[in-house]
Amino acid sequence: MDAMTNTTPTGWTLIFSAWLIAMVSTLGALFLGEVMGYTPCLLCWYQRIAMFPLVLVLAAGLFPFDPRVVRYALPLALAGLGLALFHLALTAGWIPENLKPCEQGVPCSNIPVIWFGFVTIPLLSVLSFSFITGLLLAAHLKGSK
Amino acid sequence: MKQKTIFIVTAMALLLVFVAGMLFYTGQKEEAARQLAETNRAALMRMHSPTEGKADAPVVIVEFLDPACGTCREFYPLVKQIMAGHPDQIRIVLRYAPFHPGSDQVVAMLEGARRQGKFWVALETLFASQPNWTEHHTANAEAAWQILGGIGLNMEQMNKDMNSAETARVITQDLADAKTLNVTMTPEYFVNGKPLPSFGFEQLQALVDQALADSQAR
Repeated sequence: MDAMTNTTPTGWTLIFSAWLIAMVSTLGALFLGEVMGYTPCLLCWYQRIAMFPLVLVLAAGLFPFDPRVVRYALPLALAGLGLALFHLALTAGWIPENLKPCEQGVPCSNIPVIWFGFVTIPLLSVLSFSFITGLLLAAHLKGSK
Repeated sequence: MKQKTIFIVTAMALLLVFVAGMLFYTGQKEEAARQLAETNRAALMRMHSPTEGKADAPVVIVEFLDPACGTCREFYPLVKQIMAGHPDQIRIVLRYAPFHPGSDQVVAMLEGARRQGKFWVALETLFASQPNWTEHHTANAEAAWQILGGIGLNMEQMNKDMNSAETARVITQDLADAKTLNVTMTPEYFVNGKPLPSFGFEQLQALVDQALADSQAR
């Protein structure tokens, strides 16, 4: 058993990695919004609502290590992933104009930054939530074995 | 224990990167804004702009302002206070940045009032009654017109002047200059050509104090 040995349990490392991604994403979002001055659109705010608590929830599950943190973190990660996928579809033009949920203020189909010709903020969001979801599921499977 | 160390070190490192990035980015932005103002001196001041203070005052504050903007309203008495504290030392030049919807109409009214020598009265009246003619960040030109009717203007002449080509030209020029100088929010201040390092009254006061000190050293 992992817990009997003095080495770090695999589950801890997986949750820690998920926390790391959430932390980097949160700081990244804050940098784009507060430092670089991009106003977050409505969908960005909903994704922030899913991402920011993950930093605190996952950290709380690390000390002392509680594998059940997956139960509480996974709904946030899945909700965020859904919103991020919708946002990505919107910016990529896969969803028609009239389905856009937000017209006031900053339109969600607005693409303020593109790095390397294809990396946009919604894409980064999808990647972050996907990795976090994957890591949480992996931690869950490890724990149930 | 080891896990705690990993966690704390990682969190600290990330926060450090964030702060370092922030300092670097704002430093770059400040420098870029300073250079932009420096290379676009002509866009900063135009002969057509309303101004107050001694013509040869050593310190010139250029303010980009929107009559419908709440912060401009808050800052107006503060700037007056700074000017009153240093008589004959400071001149203010107002530039129009009607970013709020409908605000360009209100600016046109200010230009009309200016032709009748009532610019500052009109501006102060509009600021004082701002909540009555702005709603949800939209200027209600009709309501502003009613309010300006009470300060003794020739409204018929005003109507002519505010719709004149000259007024339109002034507003277009000011908006174009705001764009050139990357003014995206109001109020925005330039003190002797230098932009605020970051927005705030203390920053404005510091910039003015520095300009005053510089002018006395010369």
